[in-house]
Amino acid sequence: MNRAEKALHALKQMDELTEMDSPVHRLSALSKLLVTLLFILITVSFHKYDLTGVFMMALYPYVLFQLSGISFRLCIYRMRYAIPLVAMIGIFNPFFDRDPLLQIAGISISGGMISFLTLLLKGMLCLCASFLLVSTAKIDDLCAALRRMHVPSLLVTVFMLTYRYISVLTEEVALMTDAYHLRAPGQKGIAFHAWGSFLGQLLLRTMDRAQELYAAMLLRGYNGEFPDLQKNENRTASWIWLITWAVIFLALRWLNIPDLIGRMFMR
Amino acid sequence: MIEIRNLTYEYEPGKPVLKNISFTVEDGERVGLIGANGAGKSTLMKLMLGLLESTDAVFADGVPVKKDTLPEIRRKLGFVLQNSDHQMFMPTVAQDIAFGLLNYGMGQTEADRKTDEVLNQLHVSYLKDKYNHRISGGEKRMAAIAAVLAMEPSALLMDEPTSALDPENRRRIIQLICSLPQTCIITSHDLDMILDTCSRVILLDQGGIIKDGPAETILRDRELLEAHHMELPLSLSRR
Ligand SMILES: Nc1ncnc2c1ncn2[C@@H]1O[C@H](COP(=O)(O)OP(=O)(O)OP(=O)(O)O)[C@@H](O)[C@H]1O
Ligand SMILES: [Mg+2]
Repeated sequence: MNRAEKALHALKQMDELTEMDSPVHRLSALSKLLVTLLFILITVSFHKYDLTGVFMMALYPYVLFQLSGISFRLCIYRMRYAIPLVAMIGIFNPFFDRDPLLQIAGISISGGMISFLTLLLKGMLCLCASFLLVSTAKIDDLCAALRRMHVPSLLVTVFMLTYRYISVLTEEVALMTDAYHLRAPGQKGIAFHAWGSFLGQLLLRTMDRAQELYAAMLLRGYNGEFPDLQKNENRTASWIWLITWAVIFLALRWLNIPDLIGRMFMR
Repeated sequence: MIEIRNLTYEYEPGKPVLKNISFTVEDGERVGLIGANGAGKSTLMKLMLGLLESTDAVFADGVPVKKDTLPEIRRKLGFVLQNSDHQMFMPTVAQDIAFGLLNYGMGQTEADRKTDEVLNQLHVSYLKDKYNHRISGGEKRMAAIAAVLAMEPSALLMDEPTSALDPENRRRIIQLICSLPQTCIITSHDLDMILDTCSRVILLDQGGIIKDGPAETILRDRELLEAHHMELPLSLSRR
């Protein structure tokens, strides 16, 4: 397998996760999309020093991993390139914000340290939630959900076709890389002087292919709207799902749960 | 009925790849479109479906193929592309077959039933829940044919339907084509297949019609075929 094929494989793997069956998979895509959006909004809205608050939000991905049977390890593996990026954004906080915020066993911990950790955790939680969304809802259903939220049809179609185009593009890269290496034995990667023609070819080939795919869609009655299928989604459960999580998120955000629990024991 | 009147087409100005083509295909007729590589067969098919633009040259049941008639035309004509990889765009075979049906307003249960039916008809039920990227070239071809058949078009246009098929599947497609009541227009370099399925043959070379007549006569004419870069079908050359 060359690298493009591996990327393709990963992409198809995501597709296959959505084919699994679990209580979460059976919920409507719209409710999952809304819960995810709400989760991200609330997580991001926590104060920069509120590490415990953000930490409590991990409840949502935790419950979802449990219910959906999606592997947590796979999620971490897929996020391995994104996490360092998130970390980079906050990496300088500890240097700028040196005011000691709290003392643990004589070691003072600066505000920058806490805000860095909070940011990192926020980023990871949001990535996790997005991963869970795309691995429990099919891309078509998500697009249908976006349409139901009155996102313009043009945008949704572009999104959908981009998604399909990515696999077409990687498939062509895979084929061309193989063809290249069959006639350039012993070379590592693609020689610099061949890049121009390689990329040009790639663009033309994928455009041709995308055009034919689009033609194939038109020939079978595609008119800009993907048919909104009557799925065996559980509607009541979806509503309950949405409302329950909304209540939980709001409670986590505006009630200080650790504090409440603490007080319960102090009394 | 499909009618072509004085059709000329050029991809690049000044270099016509089809020159003044005219012919009519009656309902229920099965026509083989043959010719060397680059003769213009695929181009002609794309023009019939309105994938390439032409003006007042192609008519299906009297309706001209142009922008605002396309939905109607495409409801009538099914097309099997030369490259099945370019034809399948849904994740699984079943979803791909159902795509067109759902677009034309069929319900999910009905579409499922139809999907099972065509897959059975082609003896490839095992493909139903397979992923399109995990099946072989020939299996893709069978699935693509199934997807088009499911739409029950009144005419079928097939661009090299039997390339990539093993002898058994090739035989099945031939039998299937022979059993279909619909109009069929088939291009192929598999002249034996054309001989088995078509009653009429149109021979193209360099964008022009060289000969249009009964399959038996044209496919037996060694001189004619060889003059246009082809050979007698195997089954005839042995005699
Ligand atoms: N997109 C294009 N742009 C420019 N020229 C093209 C394009 N597609 C095809 N042609 C040219 O048009 C001519 C006819 O091509 P076409 O694909 O119709 O041939 P064909 O008869 O189907 O051949 P084959 O048997 O190889 O499938 C060829 O000479 C080809 O070079
Ligand atoms: Mg062709």
